[in-house]
Amino acid sequence: MIYLRSENEIAKIKESNQIVYKTLEVLSKEMKPGITTRQLDQIAEDFIRSQGARPAFKGYNGFPASICASIDDQVVHGIPSDRVLQEGEIVGIDVGAEKDGYYGDSAYTFAIGTIDSAKERLMTVTREALYRGIAKAVPGGKLSDIGNAVQSHAEGEGYSVIRVLVGHGIGRELHESPEVPNYGRPGHGPELRVGMCLAIEPMVNLGQHDVVTLDDGWTVVTADHSPSAHYEHSIAITENGPMILSDHADGMENLLWPKND
Amino acid sequence: MAKERLIKVDGTIKENLPNASFRVELENGHEVLAHVSGKMRMHFIKILPGDKVTLELSPYDLTRGRITYRYK
Repeated sequence: MIYLRSENEIAKIKESNQIVYKTLEVLSKEMKPGITTRQLDQIAEDFIRSQGARPAFKGYNGFPASICASIDDQVVHGIPSDRVLQEGEIVGIDVGAEKDGYYGDSAYTFAIGTIDSAKERLMTVTREALYRGIAKAVPGGKLSDIGNAVQSHAEGEGYSVIRVLVGHGIGRELHESPEVPNYGRPGHGPELRVGMCLAIEPMVNLGQHDVVTLDDGWTVVTADHSPSAHYEHSIAITENGPMILSDHADGMENLLWPKND
Repeated sequence: MAKERLIKVDGTIKENLPNASFRVELENGHEVLAHVSGKMRMHFIKILPGDKVTLELSPYDLTRGRITYRYK
């Protein structure tokens, strides 16, 4: 069942997402060669708790950490470890937070030092694809319009979109109905309505879309070991269209998401 | 199309295959290819070799199934 949230509830979901945004902003300053993903995880957990919230991923179905850190060909669900980040890598950081029973979820792929132009372009196109999808989150549209916009943009640029991992509803649970695929024909699925809260999260590969899960049971990598990028926003559908919940607050400087995406 | 009658069986994960698919050994010893059903395809599902799962099989193709439940 897809929940329609009241303005009050959306404000609570936004509050949790603002904590997620700020966590990503804090981490953005640490995304340099030499740091380990375990250190990043600790920084994120400390920050989330300092905001009166709880890391939503820790313990979720047994996941052992507060963030997912996925390097290069790792798509999502990378487990923080003593692995040291190296110049030229791209690292997807996925953060979830829960406060007062409401959830926030957002992800950002960071460049470590200078990266090659192929990775740079992959990141840019994935981010653009996310915003193309968000633009379709309007009342009266259909759910698959979102995935179609993501897929059209990513594939139009020569990349592939992962099929077996999808976005989701968000609110009183980290993952709620509906599933939000990043592909599909337009005009299908449930009608989009005011009050729906969705986490839209394209995962785009430089190579083919196939993925495999490593023996740790969590880390998803591309089957052809091509780099993969992942960006995620939680949004609410309002009468005026999509409202991004996991972006910087009004009037504050935007340190993370580039303008004009 | 009329809703096909599904067969529910338990099995054990033998091997992790690409794109959220698995080789599953049924309790009767047969092996089937199974993918994770829609609702479980969501993020943060951990399925490992050795895990016990419930499958839905279509009577029309008993070599493929859909994993609908993972026992804790």
